[in-house]
Amino acid sequence: MLKITNLEKSYTKGAPVLKGLNLTTDERRLTAIIGSSGAGKSTLLRCINRLVKADSGSIELDGTDILSLSGRALQDSRRQIGMIFQAYNLVDRLTVMENVLSGRLGYTGFFRGVFRKFPQEDVDRAYALLKRVGLSQYVNKRCDALSGGERQRVGCARALMQNPRILLADEPTASLDPKTSERIMELIAGITEELDLPVLINLHNVPQATTYADRILGLRHGVMIFDGNPDELTEDWLEQIYAGHEDDLKKQMKVGAAEYDDE
Amino acid sequence: MSDATTRYRWRRPHFIENPWVRYTVLLVTVLYLIFALQMMQVSWQRVLDGIPRAGNMLRMAFPPDYGSRGRLIVRGFIESFQMTVIATAAGVLLSVPIGFMAAKNIAPLPVYLVGRAIVVVSRSLHPVVMGVLFVAAVGFGAFAGILTLIMFTIGFVGKLLAEAIEEIKFGQVEGVRSTGAGFLSVLVYAVFPQVLPRLIGLSMYQLDINLRASAIVGLVGAGGIGGTLNTAFGRYDYATAAAILLVMVAIILVTEGISGYLRRLTK
Amino acid sequence: MSTGNNGTTLTDMARPDHYQWFRFTRLQRMVRSISYILVVALMYWALSTVNIFWPWVWSAPAQIGDMMFRMFPPSLVQLNPILYALVESINIAFLGTLIAIILALPVAYFGAQTVTPNAITLWFARLIIVGTRSVDTLVWALIFVAIFGPGSFAGIMAVAFHSIGFLSKLIAEAIEEIDWGPIEALEAVGASRAHVIAYGIVPQVVPSFCAISILRWDINIRESTVLGLVGAGGIGLIFQGAIDLFQWNTVSMVLIVIVGVVFSGELITSMVRRKLI
Repeated sequence: MLKITNLEKSYTKGAPVLKGLNLTTDERRLTAIIGSSGAGKSTLLRCINRLVKADSGSIELDGTDILSLSGRALQDSRRQIGMIFQAYNLVDRLTVMENVLSGRLGYTGFFRGVFRKFPQEDVDRAYALLKRVGLSQYVNKRCDALSGGERQRVGCARALMQNPRILLADEPTASLDPKTSERIMELIAGITEELDLPVLINLHNVPQATTYADRILGLRHGVMIFDGNPDELTEDWLEQIYAGHEDDLKKQMKVGAAEYDDE
Repeated sequence: MSDATTRYRWRRPHFIENPWVRYTVLLVTVLYLIFALQMMQVSWQRVLDGIPRAGNMLRMAFPPDYGSRGRLIVRGFIESFQMTVIATAAGVLLSVPIGFMAAKNIAPLPVYLVGRAIVVVSRSLHPVVMGVLFVAAVGFGAFAGILTLIMFTIGFVGKLLAEAIEEIKFGQVEGVRSTGAGFLSVLVYAVFPQVLPRLIGLSMYQLDINLRASAIVGLVGAGGIGGTLNTAFGRYDYATAAAILLVMVAIILVTEGISGYLRRLTK
Repeated sequence: MSTGNNGTTLTDMARPDHYQWFRFTRLQRMVRSISYILVVALMYWALSTVNIFWPWVWSAPAQIGDMMFRMFPPSLVQLNPILYALVESINIAFLGTLIAIILALPVAYFGAQTVTPNAITLWFARLIIVGTRSVDTLVWALIFVAIFGPGSFAGIMAVAFHSIGFLSKLIAEAIEEIDWGPIEALEAVGASRAHVIAYGIVPQVVPSFCAISILRWDINIRESTVLGLVGAGGIGLIFQGAIDLFQWNTVSMVLIVIVGVVFSGELITSMVRRKLI
C-alpha cells in the first residue's frame, strides 16, 4: 500500500538525513520505527505527507507517487494520511470540536469550513470519535485548557476524522509522562485495531515499541538496518541501531523497565 | 597609625571612558547647538512681543465659548467621528490581507515583497503630509481625510499584524495542513485564531489614534474638527478655539480610557 | 481519566447517534449578533450621513494616478532650499526635544506618585502632563504661530510643549517603578532629600530616561517635517508652497527627502539606543 524507494533528503547540502531509504508496508498493522535522535525518523514521516519535500526517490501510496503531486492532488493524498504529532499541533485557541472537525477540511469546501457548517455525518463522526477517546465532556472546551494527554487524544481524533488510509505518528508519547504515555499507546493500538488501520509510528521508547508493535524498523543514519518482528530485536541489534548513542538507549531501557515494575 | 595606610584616590568613572571620544562628543554637541541657534535666527524681540499677546489671547479665550459656534463645533466633531469609524473599519479590513502578504513565513517571496512595500509606503509619511497630498488629489473634505486615515491604519495595523503572523506557532499550521486542508482553510483554521486577539487589540488602539489623527488632518483641509479649529484661529475667535481644544482633550482622555479597558478585556 | 474505552468501539460507528453542534453557546451567539448589528448600524449611519461628494470618490483613483504621474520625475531645481529647510526641521526637532527634556524632569518628579511631596504638587504635575500631551504638536504649532508669528521659534515651542507631557508621563512611570530598597537605605544613613534623588532615584531611572528621550527625539524628527504646513518653520513650508503652485516635481523631491530623513532618523536613534542601553 505504501511503498518508499530510494528516498533521499538533506536540509543542508552534503549532510543527508535520509540516504536511499526503502520501506514497504505489509499486512502487519502497527509498525514502529526506532533509532537514536537524528537518525531521520521524523524526517521520514514528514516526507510521507509532504510537510517536508524529499529530494529524490519515490513514495507511492496505492500506486500514486506523492512526490510528484502538487496543489489539489497533494491535498487529496494528504487527507488520506493521518498524522499525530509529538507536540500535538492543535490550534490552541480553537475548541476541541473545531480541532477535531478540522480533520475534515480536506473534504470540506472553503466557505463551509470558515462558517463551521460541516455536514451532519461529520459532526456525528466527531462526537463518536471524541466518545471513543474519552473526551465527550470537553466538546466545547478550548484546547489550551487541556492537559497533555487530553490534547494528544484530540490529536488522535483529528487524524482519524480524516478517515485516513494510513496513520503516521511522530513520537506521539515523547512529551507525556510515563503513565499517560502508556495510555496513549493503548489508545492508538486499540483504535487502529478496531479500524484495521495501518500505522507507522516513531518511537523513542524501545520497550513501548516491542510491547505494541507488530513490526519494528531500525533506522540509523538515514537507512533501514533492521526490519523484523519484535522478538527478533535482540540486544545485539539494539546496540547496532544505537551505536554511538548507548547512553540514550540505556536511559530509556531503564525508564521502560521502571514502568513495567509499576504496572 | 594613619601614616602607615596607603592613600587611595577615587574618582567616579566617566560615562564615556575614552577621553578623546568624550571631549569630541561634547564639542560636537556644543558646536551643533551654537550652529542650530545661529541658524534659527530667533528674533528675541518677536518673542518678547509675543508674551503680552499670549496674555491677551488667554483673556480672549476665557471663558471658552461653546454657544455661538456650537453647531459648527458639533458638526466638526461628528465628522471627525464618522471619518474615524469609516477609516478604521476599511483600514483594518485592508490590513488583514496586506498583513498576511507582508508576513515572511506565510507569503511567497513576490507577494511578500509587494505586501512589505505597501506597508513601508503607508508608514513612511506623516498622516498630515498624506492628508495634504490627498486633498490636492481628491479635493477638500472628509473623503481626503478618510483616505489619509486608511493609509495610516494600513501602515500601523498591517505592519504589526504581519509581525504577529511571523511569530505564530508553526506546529499548529502543520497540524491543520497535514489533514489535507487547502491554503485558505489553513489560514482560517491555524493562522487566524492565533493572531485574532492581537488584531482586535490593534484595531481598538487604532480606533483611538485615528480619532486623534482625524482632528489633525482637518488642519490641512481634510475634514473634521481640525478644519473648524483652523478657522477659529484664522478669525482670532480664541474663545471658540478654547472650547474646541477643551472638548478635544476631554474626548481623548475618555477614548484612551475606553480603548485601554477594551484591550485589557480581549487579552 | 480512564483508557477512553467507555464500552463503545469505533466498529459501532456504522449506526451513529445524531448530534447537534454549535460553535458558540446561545448567549455567545446572541451577544455576537447584537454586536454585529451595532457595528453595521454604526457603519450605515457614518457612510450615509458623512459629508462626502460621491462623484469625487469614483474619480479618485484616476485623480490620484494623475497626480503621481505628474510627480515623476522628481525635480532637483529647488534642492538647495529644500535641504536648508530640512536642516531647519532637524534643528527644530533637536532643540524642541532638548527643551522638553529639561522641563519634563521636574514635572516627572512631581508627577510620580511615590516621590511627589504632596497631593497639590501631584495634581498640578498631572494637569501639566494631561494638558500638554493631549494637544497634538500641530495644534500647539497653530497656537504658537498665533502668539509669536510664523517661523521656527513657534515650531520649537510646539515640539517642546507636546513632548513635555509625553516625556513626563513616561519618566514618572519609570520613577514609580523603581526599587524602594536603596532609597530606604539612603534615608537610614541620614541622606538629605537631594542626596536621595542623586544616589537613589537618578541611577535607577537613567536607562529608561535615555530610552524615552531617544524615542521622543525619533518621533519629533517626523513631526518637525509637517510643522511648516501651519507656518511653524521647516521643510513643511516648502512642501505647502510647492503644492500651492502645482510644482508636482518639487513635491515629489520634498517627499523623497522627508522619507530619507525619517528613515535615517530611525537608523541613528536605534544606533544611539544600542550604544547607550
